[in-house]
Amino acid sequence: MNGFFIKRMPKAVIISLWSALLFLPFKGLQAAGLLFLFLFLALLVITVASRLSGPLFRTAEVIRKNAAGLIPGDSRYLLLLILPALTLPLFFRNYILDVAVLAGIYIILALALNVVVGFTGLLNLGFVAYYAIGAYSFALLNTRLGLGFWSALPLSVIITTAAGLVFAAPALRLKGDYLALVTLGFGEIVRITLNNWDSFTKGPNGISGIDPPSFFGITLAALSSFYYLVLFFVVLAVIVIRRVHASKIGRAWIALREDEIAASAMGIRSIRYKLYAVSFGAFWAGLAGCLFAAKMRFISPESFTFMESVLILSMVILGGLGSIAGVIIGAVILVALPEALRDIQMYRMLALGAGVVLLMIFRPQGLFGGSSASRS
Amino acid sequence: MFFQQIINGLTLGSVYALIALGYTMVYGILELINFAHGEIYMLGAYLGIIILGFFTALGLTAYNMPIALVLTFILTVFFCASYGFTMEKLAYKPLRQAPKLSPLISAIGVSIFLQNYVMITQGATDKVFPSVAGNEGFTFADIHITYIQVAIITVSGLIMLLLHAFISRTRTGKAMRAVAQDKNMAALVGINTDNIISITFIIGSGLAAVAGMMVSVYYGLVNYSIGYSAGIKAFTAAVLGGIGNIPGAMFGGILLGLIESLGAAYISSEYKDAYAFVILILILLVKPTGLFGKESEEKI
Amino acid sequence: MLLEVRAVSKHFGGIRALEEVTFSVKQGMILSIIGPNGAGKTTLFNCLTGFMKPTRGSIIFSGSNISRLPADRINRLGISRTFQNIRLFKSMSVLENVLVAQHARIRSGLLPIIAHMPSFLNEEASVRQTAYEYLAFIGLESFAEQGAGNLPYGAQRRLEIARALASEPQLILLDEPSAGMNPLETDEMMTTIRKMQELGKTIILIEHDMKFVMGISDRIVVLDHGVKIAEGPPHEVRNNPLVIEAYLGKETH
Repeated sequence: MNGFFIKRMPKAVIISLWSALLFLPFKGLQAAGLLFLFLFLALLVITVASRLSGPLFRTAEVIRKNAAGLIPGDSRYLLLLILPALTLPLFFRNYILDVAVLAGIYIILALALNVVVGFTGLLNLGFVAYYAIGAYSFALLNTRLGLGFWSALPLSVIITTAAGLVFAAPALRLKGDYLALVTLGFGEIVRITLNNWDSFTKGPNGISGIDPPSFFGITLAALSSFYYLVLFFVVLAVIVIRRVHASKIGRAWIALREDEIAASAMGIRSIRYKLYAVSFGAFWAGLAGCLFAAKMRFISPESFTFMESVLILSMVILGGLGSIAGVIIGAVILVALPEALRDIQMYRMLALGAGVVLLMIFRPQGLFGGSSASRS
Repeated sequence: MFFQQIINGLTLGSVYALIALGYTMVYGILELINFAHGEIYMLGAYLGIIILGFFTALGLTAYNMPIALVLTFILTVFFCASYGFTMEKLAYKPLRQAPKLSPLISAIGVSIFLQNYVMITQGATDKVFPSVAGNEGFTFADIHITYIQVAIITVSGLIMLLLHAFISRTRTGKAMRAVAQDKNMAALVGINTDNIISITFIIGSGLAAVAGMMVSVYYGLVNYSIGYSAGIKAFTAAVLGGIGNIPGAMFGGILLGLIESLGAAYISSEYKDAYAFVILILILLVKPTGLFGKESEEKI
Repeated sequence: MLLEVRAVSKHFGGIRALEEVTFSVKQGMILSIIGPNGAGKTTLFNCLTGFMKPTRGSIIFSGSNISRLPADRINRLGISRTFQNIRLFKSMSVLENVLVAQHARIRSGLLPIIAHMPSFLNEEASVRQTAYEYLAFIGLESFAEQGAGNLPYGAQRRLEIARALASEPQLILLDEPSAGMNPLETDEMMTTIRKMQELGKTIILIEHDMKFVMGISDRIVVLDHGVKIAEGPPHEVRNNPLVIEAYLGKETH
């Protein structure tokens, strides 16, 4: 045990000293000293703990695997999720429902991005653009033309899907990180345009006075009815996306992600299927945008920044690229966690950044993206 | 008016060029878009203010301004280079063998982390850089050139010349080029690629630090979010000149600076921030290898 | 003639990977392409399958010129291939790999898929049935549900062939089918290729194992530095002085 400590000690000192040095100019000597002490002790604890608790970690891993196994591969897990979800409004007050509605919207967004990034392997850093186009189309159709929820929604979704096609068509020849940068550019251009085209979008002031949805003439103003509306669309999205995933379209997407050259050698039209993926993703993102606009009844460009794209992407990679159940859990975690930890709100994005890095290094397949072979 | 915009564009452009060099050098060696590079520039801007403020508190600035400035310069470069070095070791090195998109996502994580790190420690409001030379300068034929502008253009020019000499003359510089051409081959002839990668990050971050400091002197204001847009613009500059191509990055930076300031003056200043994105998209779609890049066919 | 290669050249900058290569392949034949390393064999395959465009010359398949067509189109016209460095869809199951290749056989559109209409379900069932048949043909049916990336090396090569067969081509190009295999596996591979011929497939293969080539080919084309230096049945090529010269001292195995 002693030799073990002597071997690890210098490394712990160097790491802690170095971190404290980097921290020094930003918070001064006292804080840097505290950081040094804290890090040094933490590193010692971690080295000891990792030596003693190897078996513990293994048990945790086994539990995690079993938990993943508990989520059935077939549609039964949908029921598992829906039953408690259906009864939620009976037990909880407005605040929880509010968070649940938000979570539902993000689940749809994350599932949509998962089609593009997870299934097809096209990294999109400007996905929020489709969300924004959906929300603004809905808001403008509603406030300017007076269209109701059920006519503005399909129109907005069609507009978003078309926008997805138009944006993607020229860009899809690009590979990997170049494509990612172009999507980021599109996202920013959309936001800057929304912010500056005052006569049409009211610029940074945003659009207010959006009507809440109604159902056969009854306004769904109550939070619980809106909750059921969102739940309906979440279930619809899960079913449709699962079915497409398990068809020849889904197989073509995954083949393109795995090896584009082999996929085209097998007769798959790569550009066409990438376009399908992007417009299919845009479709659901547009729908989520409509729900968001109808829920908030006010939208502004501030809701559609690059950080929002990163947040949605984090949901997808946290749950596990390509896994539908994982992505749902990822979205719920990233919506619920900051709500639960209100007091440390300030550190939310700091933790998100560090979390993304750690995830890429230690669990690139995400929390629930088990072994890579997909179940069909 | 036109020549005034040219001068402003050149100033801005030489800053973009300095940052773009970091992107292009890292991409040349790792094929990684170091998304967090813009944040190193932002750190540079903050560190400049913090360290100069420290010297002011010590009374050094009042005693001898040039010494204080030089010391600030050196310390800022040192700290930024350390951040760049650490970033590579922590967030990218473990991902060398991972699928290509993992390090890019990791880089986005680093970028968010650093932005919020500075926001939490330094506050979300703008920070003011103590005025060093104000708006002083000289004027001829209607064009006003401030001393700061002259300094920015000369310092950037000098640094780029030094970098060029370093890469073409020194042993380390040649090793960097070898690693950029073929990592395995370079390792076979005895080059320590890990060290070369670290050196690349250190140099790139140092250049970004200089850019950050100069911009905070120029505008007098910094904010934790400046790294993102400056980063994207500098990346655009690197792509414009052909990513991986060092003279290309310098040229691309200056070209982008000119486009932005002329565009803001003659087209629309509201969409000023969108120009870089439009150029980025156009160049990637039309000629992804940049203005000077060569075409290459994919290996099967 | 099923395939006619007419004076095909491929240049990369100053390098002439292929120079005026001409030959043709009859329906049902097994043709081998041999030559020292760097002779241009894989480049030729890439030109035939649309991954590279010939600098000059034309490739006529079933009467139409395919030399400018994209790879996916050429596959759907009836040419399928395997790769020298195996390119399976690693995270998919063995069965799914074969299903991907049957892509073009599935007609159901988006609506039947989303609504799970009977037409889609029946079609999916029948495609799966066919996929199992191809796996059985190649001897991998017991691995159907496994991840393709977890298969042993030899099985991965065979899966690539099953996948190529499943796109139901007339012509199959095999790039070094026996590379890295032990003698037993190599023998099995020869049997498999003969069985493919019996199914009516036309086969072009690149191979370094001379015993394999001589034992299986109806005809052999020899490339050296991008130029065709000989063509003919195995016994003729074996005794051709030009071929011997190209191989001796250059090729060590």
